[in-house]
Amino acid sequence: MIKVDHIYKTFGEKTVLDDVSCTFETGKVNLIIGQSGMGKTVLMKCTVGLFEVDKGAVYFDGRNFSEMNFKERKPIRQEIGMVFQGGALFDSLTVEQNVMFPLNMFTHMTQEEKLDRVNFCLQRVNLVNANKLFPSEISGGMKKRVAIARAISMNPKYLFCDEPNSGLDPKTSIVIDNLIMELTEEFGTTTVVNTHDMNSLTEMGEKIVFIYKGKNYWEGTFEELEMSDNPELIDFVYASKIMKRMRKH
Amino acid sequence: MLTKTWFEIGRYWKFMKGLFVKPEKFIVYYRQVMHELVSIGVGALGIVALTSVFMGAVITLQSAYNLVNPMVPLYAVGIVARDSIILEFSPTIIMLVLAGKIGSSIASEIGTMRVTEQIDALEIMGINSSGYLTLPKIVAGLLICPFVVIISIFLGIIGGWVAGDMSGIVPSADYIRGIQDQFLPFNIVFALIKTLVFAYIITSVSAYHGFHTDGGALEVGQSSTKAVVYSSIFILIFDYILTQLILA
Repeated sequence: MIKVDHIYKTFGEKTVLDDVSCTFETGKVNLIIGQSGMGKTVLMKCTVGLFEVDKGAVYFDGRNFSEMNFKERKPIRQEIGMVFQGGALFDSLTVEQNVMFPLNMFTHMTQEEKLDRVNFCLQRVNLVNANKLFPSEISGGMKKRVAIARAISMNPKYLFCDEPNSGLDPKTSIVIDNLIMELTEEFGTTTVVNTHDMNSLTEMGEKIVFIYKGKNYWEGTFEELEMSDNPELIDFVYASKIMKRMRKH
Repeated sequence: MLTKTWFEIGRYWKFMKGLFVKPEKFIVYYRQVMHELVSIGVGALGIVALTSVFMGAVITLQSAYNLVNPMVPLYAVGIVARDSIILEFSPTIIMLVLAGKIGSSIASEIGTMRVTEQIDALEIMGINSSGYLTLPKIVAGLLICPFVVIISIFLGIIGGWVAGDMSGIVPSADYIRGIQDQFLPFNIVFALIKTLVFAYIITSVSAYHGFHTDGGALEVGQSSTKAVVYSSIFILIFDYILTQLILA
């Protein structure tokens, strides 16, 4: 379980996170939802330590991550897999080399063992015959799948996905959502997904954290969300015509 | 302005401190150094060769033009050309050319990695991103640039010889006598000391600007420009300092 405990983050004069507390549960897909610019990505980056929090703390299974220095964080970092918005694949490396990268850096596996692991991960994300291609030669959906394969290559305990569906068509988005759900179930990871895609919310929202103006405005399950009468949450979730119609029915 | 300068200096030293920590895996860094040796050294040989030959040719012709005095023997052109090339033109001008070629390449490569979150991806894995991206480039620069400058010196002197002989201004025998006369091996040592300092400046300053890129494609371009401008300025400043310290 990941516990975010009263964190604050400001950039210059602008307060982006203002006393945010929430928990991300083990073995579940935890969604962070909210409008663009409300602090979702900052919350995720503060959680994984890409941004240092001004106040408060983040605990990974009881370990205070915020208080640790770079060296102390290393073991936890190796338990984290992260899928970035644009994939963040290394341009100069092939698909195979991208997935193999963490294995090269942190394991003492033989080349054959590493290749086996890479092929397993690529097959797991339904990506075959793409090993020798470069990121510039594959589609957006494939890039996301490679990024997921790289993120799971080290068997992470915690999986973070920053807007995994951005720029993808609805059908590919559902494929990615299903993949994240399957992996969470299969490996028992604590998965945190940052999204403003309502399809993702309905597809995989087990635990939901709604961020509004830098505050943790609402937290609950999908069922609780359906019953909620929180005006800002309703305004955000049912913003589109199709969602409004769904709500009526 | 002054605050910003101090901020940049402080951030540069903090960045440098981050480089010199134990690598995650030595073999990975070693492979990176090999890759950078090819990229920095072999990739720059064409422009270095072209610049050196013409630089040597121009220095010889200009020296001959300025030494029109019956009291000055013709072989003095060879001496002037050789010393100018060894002491100044090859280590400084060639490294300024390399600042443009290598510096912009390093800054834009690392800058693009920054804006496309590739550096964040390294950090998340627990890799010291500044060390992984920068240290192999610095090491490769320090290893390969002296060879590049030696090649440049050789080609510059050849260029001067060919130009002097072909134009008929400095006969071959005079030029060859000139380049051998009063030769001080220490000048080569001095040239190599300067080269090492300039190689460090180019790679570290460019990597620093690339690493601290913030924004998008526009900012990557700006970082690349800053890398070349600051590297060139520091090369000129340190050229003066080293000359004053070692030769004066």
